[in-house]
Amino acid sequence: MLESSLAAITAILAFIVFIWYGASVYLNSDVLIDKYERQKTEWNFQLLVKDSWSMGRPILPAPHQILEDLKKSLFDHKITSKRSLVYHGGITISSTLVGFVMGGVLGILLAIGIVHVPTLNKSVLPWIIASQTIPILAVAPMIIVVLGAIGLTGLLPKAFISAYLSFFPIVIGMVKGLRSPDPMHLDLMKTYNATQPQKFWKLRWPASTPYLFASFKVSIAISLVGAIVGELPAGARAGLGARLLTGSYYGQTVQIWSALIVASVIAATLVFLMSFMEKIVQKRMGALT
Amino acid sequence: MKDIPPVVEASKVDLIFQTADGPVHAISDIDLEINKGDFISLIGPSGCGKTTLLRLIADLEKPTGGMLRVNGISPEEARLNRDYGYVFQSPALYPWRTVDGNLKLPLEIMGVDKNDQEKRAREALEMVDLAGFEKKFPWQLSGGMQQRVSIARALTFHPDLLLMDEPFGALDEIVRDQLNEHFHRLWEQTQKTVVFVTHSIPEAAYLSTKIVVMSPRPGKIIEVIESTLPEKRTLDIRETKEFLELSQRIRKGLRAGHSYD
Repeated sequence: MLESSLAAITAILAFIVFIWYGASVYLNSDVLIDKYERQKTEWNFQLLVKDSWSMGRPILPAPHQILEDLKKSLFDHKITSKRSLVYHGGITISSTLVGFVMGGVLGILLAIGIVHVPTLNKSVLPWIIASQTIPILAVAPMIIVVLGAIGLTGLLPKAFISAYLSFFPIVIGMVKGLRSPDPMHLDLMKTYNATQPQKFWKLRWPASTPYLFASFKVSIAISLVGAIVGELPAGARAGLGARLLTGSYYGQTVQIWSALIVASVIAATLVFLMSFMEKIVQKRMGALT
Repeated sequence: MKDIPPVVEASKVDLIFQTADGPVHAISDIDLEINKGDFISLIGPSGCGKTTLLRLIADLEKPTGGMLRVNGISPEEARLNRDYGYVFQSPALYPWRTVDGNLKLPLEIMGVDKNDQEKRAREALEMVDLAGFEKKFPWQLSGGMQQRVSIARALTFHPDLLLMDEPFGALDEIVRDQLNEHFHRLWEQTQKTVVFVTHSIPEAAYLSTKIVVMSPRPGKIIEVIESTLPEKRTLDIRETKEFLELSQRIRKGLRAGHSYD
């Protein structure tokens, strides 16, 4: 079972790498052939392949170039150096996590309100949905500028953008989750003459945990997106987003790709950690596995 | 000295549900008196309002007409007093709590202190013969065992009145027989008042002191049959002539209810 899935993953990975190398030659060839002709160099296909896999500023770098750059920028600099991806990644992670916690608290509180107060149910939910229809790329610079004007800079404005994105799945999931208890379980609470807080802590909250973790997994990933988007507007000098931006300013495609890879590894790790926490909680709550 | 009021007293109780398809007359003109120590079965075909009547007594529904008293006070006051224990059709255990945790749930809510919780949960579990299963989660138990836990949960806070909505309805006949016998003994020991909804004639005949036969559309009482069986009963009693006669009377009552439609 494990072996066959490992084989499948390896096969797909090999296929992607194969396509990638091919695409790298194809996409970089125009620039190279242009150069050969200007310099009147004799060229053949072999030379073209060799050159397109080792360009300084390729349109699509080859995988080994990215790996080399990753190795260099992850391990060859001190982690406090501005040239270290560990440094930039750390900054992005910290605003991701702060934003995720803020979004989580906000989302859970809103869901509790929506489930318990009929007026909120009717009035707030449409606004919450509307809030997510605004493209975050348009809002992010304004948030940074407005908060900067009142003296908030650095981590917090980015965390706000993360929170703005990540509270949404949590509200939607938790409204569903807090409403998930069986009517019979609710009737049972009524026959015990349970208070509202008792009903919440002993029934609604534990019943909602599967929904909570499902929302958390979505939220933490988009929190990271929010943090990176928050680092894009000029002004941010550190973080993966800033790294992406400077990379595109100076045509450093390899640098962009390594930052992207680091971002996706961080996202995968965060989601994995959430799943791990979910397993622990479910086990304590008597789950089957 | 004041007389002890009947445990349940209903006169001309009516319940009309307002639905999208217009009003539905669920319960009509119910007169009923249940006294302390009675074991009352409500029997009738689906839709005859037997569960609804039970929910009215439990204040899970409100009557739209008539007078209903539980222990001489309104059903709502009785509910706020936690005067009754309710057992649902399905065990309705909380899946994230162990057997022990489920038994302590009502006690936690009612603010019983920790040591007492421990003692009462143990006692209740012994009453349903499940000592040793404290640490199990509901999914680790069979359907019959889950339903026994659910009965034990209703016993932990010592209510004098038990309201049971087809508690054995979803179980197979063998388990059901066992639980019937077991529960009859439990009732004998504790002398609680029980209102028991069922659609099984043998179950009603075996367990009850009084059988209330109901008919549907609108739900009303056709007949109240006093049991002629002795109080001490084992499952063997079902082979006796008295038992068969009693079953026949119930069946006749049910048939009379059906001749309306």
